[in-house]
Amino acid sequence: MKNYTSSNEPTSATCPACGLLCDDLILNATGAESVKNGCAKSITFFEQSFQTDISASASLFGKPCDLNTAISAAADILRKSKQPLFAGLGTEVQGMRSLMRLAEKSNATLDHMHSESTVRNTLTMQNSGWLTTTLAEIKNRADVILAIGTDIVTSHPRFFEKLVWNTDSLFNKPTPEIIYLSVPAENTQAGIAPNGTSPTVIPADTASIPEIVNALNALLHHKKIKADTVAGVAISTLQAVADKLKSAQYAVVVWSAASLKFTHAELTVQSIVQLINTLNENSRAAGFPLNSGDGDTSINNTSTWLSGYPTRSRLVNGKPEYDTYHFSTKKQLDLCDALLWVSTFNPHSPPDIKTPTIVIGHPNTQLEHQPDVFIPVGIPGVDHAGLMFRVDSSITLPLKKLRDNHLPSLSDVISKIEASL
Amino acid sequence: MITLLKNGKIYDPAHKKDGVIEDIYIYQGRIIPKPLDPSKISQTFDLSGKVVMAGAIDMHSHIGGGKMNIARMMLPELQQKQAQETKLLTEPEAHICTPHCSHHAVPSATDTGFRYIEMGYTAAFEPAISPVNARQAHLEMGDTPMIDKGGYAMLGNDDYFLRMLAAKKDQKAINDYVAWILHATQAIGIKVVNPGGINAFKFNQRRLNLDENNSHYQVSPREILQSLSRAVHELGIAKPLHVHCNNLGAAGNFETTLNTMGASDGLPMHLTHIQFHSYGTEGDKKFSSAAAQISEALNKNKHITADVGQILFGQTVTASGDSMMQHLNAKHANPKKSVIMDIECDAGCGVMPFKYRDQNYVNALQWAIGLEIFLSAEDPWRIFLTTDHPNGAPFTSYPHLIRLLMDKAFRNETFAKLNLDAQAMSNLASLSREYSLYEIAIMTRAGASKLIGLNDRGHLGVGASADITVYTDQPDREAMFAKPDYVFKNGELVVRDGVVTKVVWGATHTAKPAFDIGVEKDLKDYFDKYQTMQLDNFKMSNDEISHDGRGSIVVHDNKQASL
Ligand code: SF4
Ligand SMILES: [Zn+2]
Repeated sequence: MKNYTSSNEPTSATCPACGLLCDDLILNATGAESVKNGCAKSITFFEQSFQTDISASASLFGKPCDLNTAISAAADILRKSKQPLFAGLGTEVQGMRSLMRLAEKSNATLDHMHSESTVRNTLTMQNSGWLTTTLAEIKNRADVILAIGTDIVTSHPRFFEKLVWNTDSLFNKPTPEIIYLSVPAENTQAGIAPNGTSPTVIPADTASIPEIVNALNALLHHKKIKADTVAGVAISTLQAVADKLKSAQYAVVVWSAASLKFTHAELTVQSIVQLINTLNENSRAAGFPLNSGDGDTSINNTSTWLSGYPTRSRLVNGKPEYDTYHFSTKKQLDLCDALLWVSTFNPHSPPDIKTPTIVIGHPNTQLEHQPDVFIPVGIPGVDHAGLMFRVDSSITLPLKKLRDNHLPSLSDVISKIEASL
Repeated sequence: MITLLKNGKIYDPAHKKDGVIEDIYIYQGRIIPKPLDPSKISQTFDLSGKVVMAGAIDMHSHIGGGKMNIARMMLPELQQKQAQETKLLTEPEAHICTPHCSHHAVPSATDTGFRYIEMGYTAAFEPAISPVNARQAHLEMGDTPMIDKGGYAMLGNDDYFLRMLAAKKDQKAINDYVAWILHATQAIGIKVVNPGGINAFKFNQRRLNLDENNSHYQVSPREILQSLSRAVHELGIAKPLHVHCNNLGAAGNFETTLNTMGASDGLPMHLTHIQFHSYGTEGDKKFSSAAAQISEALNKNKHITADVGQILFGQTVTASGDSMMQHLNAKHANPKKSVIMDIECDAGCGVMPFKYRDQNYVNALQWAIGLEIFLSAEDPWRIFLTTDHPNGAPFTSYPHLIRLLMDKAFRNETFAKLNLDAQAMSNLASLSREYSLYEIAIMTRAGASKLIGLNDRGHLGVGASADITVYTDQPDREAMFAKPDYVFKNGELVVRDGVVTKVVWGATHTAKPAFDIGVEKDLKDYFDKYQTMQLDNFKMSNDEISHDGRGSIVVHDNKQASL
């Protein structure tokens, strides 16, 4: 077993591998149980992280070079560029702060790798608003949890362990009832309570979620539905769900924008929000939108307090602009004259384009086509400290440095590029 | 290297200086006595005929933290639309437009610092940090240039405190917890928002009156106020308990406000944005001004201070910790949207855009009520100039508000254009008072500094930090206060003719009273069982604010009351 930490003592760590941002992990130097409290996803993350090549060198077109040469080459590209695209943006708060400064100096467009999903939620929030909750409220209050189109645990593995099957809660609530809507039956194991109680599983296609949520809304408004079924689901089943939600002390409706893969998914998010609003006219309920990861929540919050806008934004002579349609990576790849790709948590590869490309990220980034500049940097929460927003945006937690090495941090590198512009 | 500010007309209420002509000497960021050796003076500003005041201090302004970022994120259209406008001095948000002006009711952190210093404000205090969200609030304030800042941590709706109260824990245990929160959140004071109500909303209660019990804990807002005001007093932090009363914005809420004044058994309390809590139920529309009753009580109760939370007409956004009342009022949002959150067994928040319209009866009367309170307050040391930014109006409208207070003709002219029914329900036109420059200096400098306990700010005495604002004395007070000639921050010239000439970074002010660390034993157990983060990660270290070499922490003394 490899040594995870620089010391031989067990070290506590905060896991950046998903939006739950668990900070109760203990990394042991040796032993079978090398990550205590970790889930499979976190173990994969830390194993992948600790296997990185800490002596990875910067390179120009695949040829190793020293860091300063790479930095001035990157600065050259940005200096010549009129409209660079900063994409990926897999980083935490401090990395994003430095990227925003560089973007301001280079008139860059900014978009995160998972914004296709994030934007579905943001648009809803900007259109109608919403009523949401946070992890500790779920843990202590939720007695009915409706998961729409997501099994929750694939993206947020410890959700049930930490927030649903907890035996201690402030108000002695019963074990929550779980309702899965449009989740494949084979993925609903996590919803089986420790006492063996099965979740309610309502099978349906992802594509029929909009129709079903609308039907639930109609039922909550006491509207008669003429048909016996909606998208193959019996109305009586939906009525039972509506009744459970209404009689809950604190119902929580979970969705994942990433799993709503159909056009105008934001309208479905809006129907979900409406359902929650209706419930709150008489009882208490709250929404819980899941995030996608790679620092999406962190970079959008940071961008917002620094420029007034979340990402899919652009800085033009210091002035921020915002457009969730035009400033998408997909659209901008055709228009930009330079690409800066950032992915520090995971070795995500940059999109393959002809324009000059700078890749700053994970030392193990797989590069099919050698970019003009590659600068390996440390992994936040492993190689250097950082700050990360949790899925619910309300909590920001420090990430720790767990091992010593010479990999620079993203903000070090970006600040140096900025200085040499 | 001494800077001389020569022949200015000094308005320094802390030293009872009301327009005297004097010189000020600055050395190493501080005001010093006249030097023996005049050859050391390297720089002189001739301020003949100019008005000189300490830098202004906004003692209640929402400038950082989760709900502000929600407000920004949910309202890109405000920033987009207003990015194209140029503000005129005749508009309520008068200021001197710079090329990158955003005019967002909730500016970015950068713009917040710039807009404040351009108006001669050198410090602002965020009044509603939910303890679990303190790190974000300090991150945002840390990215706010030019001004000093600090925050008040919200308690009184957190389940930990309410459990203690329900279990009748002794006052010492409460005090230790309150002190621990101040340390953990790097705050300077304690605020309570809708005492017990935000928590009650999570149990589906929709309103909570002063003597009504939170249904789960069976404790009342009054008990919460008693306990917290006593804790703040006994810990000796300068700032009194900062109270946002129950029943925000509701017709008839003035009675709650009057009763709240008596809830602390004579211990100091600050009632915030009192305009929003001064409503009666008279008249056809069952909404009336109770400014007279509130002002009378305020004048009589010397242990109470208040800031007004004036509303001004135009588009803004309301952002409050008061999820209960914001949820109730969400139907009035304009544009129609709202974000409401239950937060972490700790707090809540409610954010919605709002447009105050001068032809709307309620809005017009709210405008008049705020001014009635200002003009009826006998002691300018106990009333503060705020719009509860951005809830009543963005802070950039302060120059306009100052003109309304100082210029009766302008005020009456504006009043005469309002909704007629509202005019009929207000005695504003009969109030002939005009605030003096000296009184403005009390409300925005000396009084604010005294309230927060800033000691070396808000005045121009020897030893003070040289935060100084210089204005041209103009009859149009709005133009005057929108565009100072000079602003000095810690002795450095940072604004000339209303435009920033140098970017600097202010300090974060905190209070750290002593406490028994034994309090952490039970807290650790509570965190492990019920919270979703580790106790150690909840606490913010000094280093988190100062590590980048830009931020710094000032710890204010506290005079522990004898127990
Ligand atoms: S649930 Fe998420 S944050 Fe928690 S340990 Fe697993 S991957 Fe990490
Ligand atoms: Zn402007």
